[in-house]
Amino acid sequence: MNKILALIEMSGGEMCSTTPGLLAAAARLGTPVAVVAVAPGGGTGLVAELGSLGAEHVYLAESDQVGKLLVGPQLEALSAAMTALQPVAVVVANSAEGRDVAARLAARTRAGLIVDAVDVRSEGERIVATHSVFGGAYAVESTVEGAPAIVTVRQGAIEERANAATPAVTTVTVSADPAHSAVIESVSARDAGSDRPELRGAARVVSGGRGLGSRESFVLVEQLADALGAAVGASRAAVDAGYVAQTSQVGQTGITVSPQLYVALGISGAIQHRAGMQTAKTIVAINTDADAPIFDVADFGVVGDVFTVVPQLIEAIKARASR
Amino acid sequence: MKIAVLVKQVPDTDEERRLDPASGLLDRLAGENVADEINERALEVALSHKDSHKGTEVVVISLGPESVTKALRKVLSMGADSAVHVLDEALAGADAGRTAVVLAAAVKQAGVDLVVAGNESTDGRGGVVPAMVAEQLGLPHLSFLDAVEISAGSVTGERGTDSGSMVVSAPLPAVISVTERSAEARFPNFRGIMMAKRKPLSVVSLADLGMDPDFAGMGRSVVVTTSARPLRTAGKKIVDEGNAGTRLAEFLVAEQLV
Repeated sequence: MNKILALIEMSGGEMCSTTPGLLAAAARLGTPVAVVAVAPGGGTGLVAELGSLGAEHVYLAESDQVGKLLVGPQLEALSAAMTALQPVAVVVANSAEGRDVAARLAARTRAGLIVDAVDVRSEGERIVATHSVFGGAYAVESTVEGAPAIVTVRQGAIEERANAATPAVTTVTVSADPAHSAVIESVSARDAGSDRPELRGAARVVSGGRGLGSRESFVLVEQLADALGAAVGASRAAVDAGYVAQTSQVGQTGITVSPQLYVALGISGAIQHRAGMQTAKTIVAINTDADAPIFDVADFGVVGDVFTVVPQLIEAIKARASR
Repeated sequence: MKIAVLVKQVPDTDEERRLDPASGLLDRLAGENVADEINERALEVALSHKDSHKGTEVVVISLGPESVTKALRKVLSMGADSAVHVLDEALAGADAGRTAVVLAAAVKQAGVDLVVAGNESTDGRGGVVPAMVAEQLGLPHLSFLDAVEISAGSVTGERGTDSGSMVVSAPLPAVISVTERSAEARFPNFRGIMMAKRKPLSVVSLADLGMDPDFAGMGRSVVVTTSARPLRTAGKKIVDEGNAGTRLAEFLVAEQLV
C-alpha cells in the first residue's frame, strides 16, 4: 500500500498534540509512517505511543542537532525518509515549525505543496485537500500535479483517530548543514498558569474586545470562559490595548478558531476579526452598540453592558450546574 | 548592506474579497488591491536599519500582474530605494512553489545580504514562501519573528512558537520573515511620494531571469473546485432589560451548549 509520511513534532520531550490527527490523516491516505527527529537514543520511548495512534512504521532520525538548529534536523529526517521509502504523500502540521519544514522539503524535492488543509482524502491516484478560505467564506479543494504531495494540515481540523498498529522501527542518523540552518539560542516555555483549554482547536471560546475597557476588567472574559470550560480569546483591539497577550488574538492575523460555541464580549466585529471566527457553529455576542457588525453573524445577540449581562449569565450557568 | 523586502499585492481586508468560482483564483477586480500590511512591517524592519546605518540599500521585489506597480510605488514612497517587478503571463495562477523559485531568482540577481518577508499574506495565509525562497537560495531562515536585530554580519530574532518562544540567530546572508508584532509601518510623506516617482522600478520577465516558463519537472498544487459558503445570517437580537444574562443562559441550555 502507498506509504504516507507524517512528521511528528516534539516539544519539551513530549509529542505535540497534533500527532493523533496527523496519523489519522495519514491512515486515510495510505500506510502511516511516523517520522520523528530525536536526539541519539531518545526515540525508543515514543514507539509504543505512536503505534497506539496508528503508525505502522516509525522512522527515528537521530541527530545531535535536535533542539540546537531550527528546522534543519526535522527537514533532514523527512528528506531521508522520502528517499528511503518513496511515499506518495507527506503530512505535516500547519504549525510554525511544520510549515517551515514542509516548505523547505517541497522546494528541495520540487514536490507540490498544499497548505492549511482542513480535510484530506484519496481520490483514485490523487490526493484532494479541502481549504477554508477568507475566514470560511469559500471552500476550495486542491490537489497536487506530479507526485509526491506535501500537505500541511490545520491543527485540530482532523478529529478522528487511526486504528492502533504494531510499528516496525527504523533508526537512522541525519545531519543538517549548519550553514543552511538558523541556530536556536534559547527557548522559553509559555507560562502554563491555568488549566484552560488551548485556544487553537478549542470547542468553546470566549473572546473579549476593546469594550472590556482595561486589563483589570478583562478578567470578566476569563471568568465566563472558566464557567463554560472555554478557552480565552481576544480581538486585535484588545491585544493592541494591552489587555491580553497577542497569543490570544483571534482573527485575520491571529488564530483562526472554529469552535462549537464562540462568545464575543465587547467586540465590534471588524471583518478581520470575523475572518477568524465566523465558521464557529454557534456565535453569541454582547455589545452596547446595537449597530456593531458582530451582530450580523451572531445567532444570539444581546445589546447591553457586558459588566451587567455577563455576571448574570455566569450566575445562571452556575445555578444550573449546581442543580 | 543591501536588503531585499518581498512584497505581495493583496485585496484590501477592509473590503469583501472574492474568488473566481471557475478558476478558484483570486478575483482581483472585486476590490481595492494594496501592498499587504505585513509587507509594510517587513519594509519597516529594513528601513529602520537604514535609518541608523548609512549606506544601507533597500530593494523591494514583487511578483504579480501589472497592477502591482501601484503597490510598489507605495513602498517606494515609504522609503525603499528601488523596486523589481517580475511580470510574466506564465506566472498567472502560480502556486507557492513557483512563486518562490522566481522570487529566489530575482533575489539572487539583486545580490543582497538579507531578505525580509512578512510571515504570511492576508489573502492566501500560506506562510511558506519565505522558507521556500531560503531553501532555493541555500540560506538559513528565521521565521515568524516578533522582534529583529540586524548587525553587520548576523541577524537575531525572537520568535513565537506553539508552546512558547525562542531566540534564534543566523549569519548573513539570510532570509527572515516577520510577524505583525515586529514593527509599526511608517506613513509615506509628501516628499517620499514625490521622490518615489523618480526611483527605479524595473520590470523583468522570466526570460530576463533566465528561467524556464514551463517549470519542467516541478510539481504544483492546483485548485479542483471552489464553492462559496452561504453567508451567515443574523439570529435573535435582544436589548437587555435587566434579564439578558438569564435569557442568554436559557438560549445556551436550549442549544445544549451548557
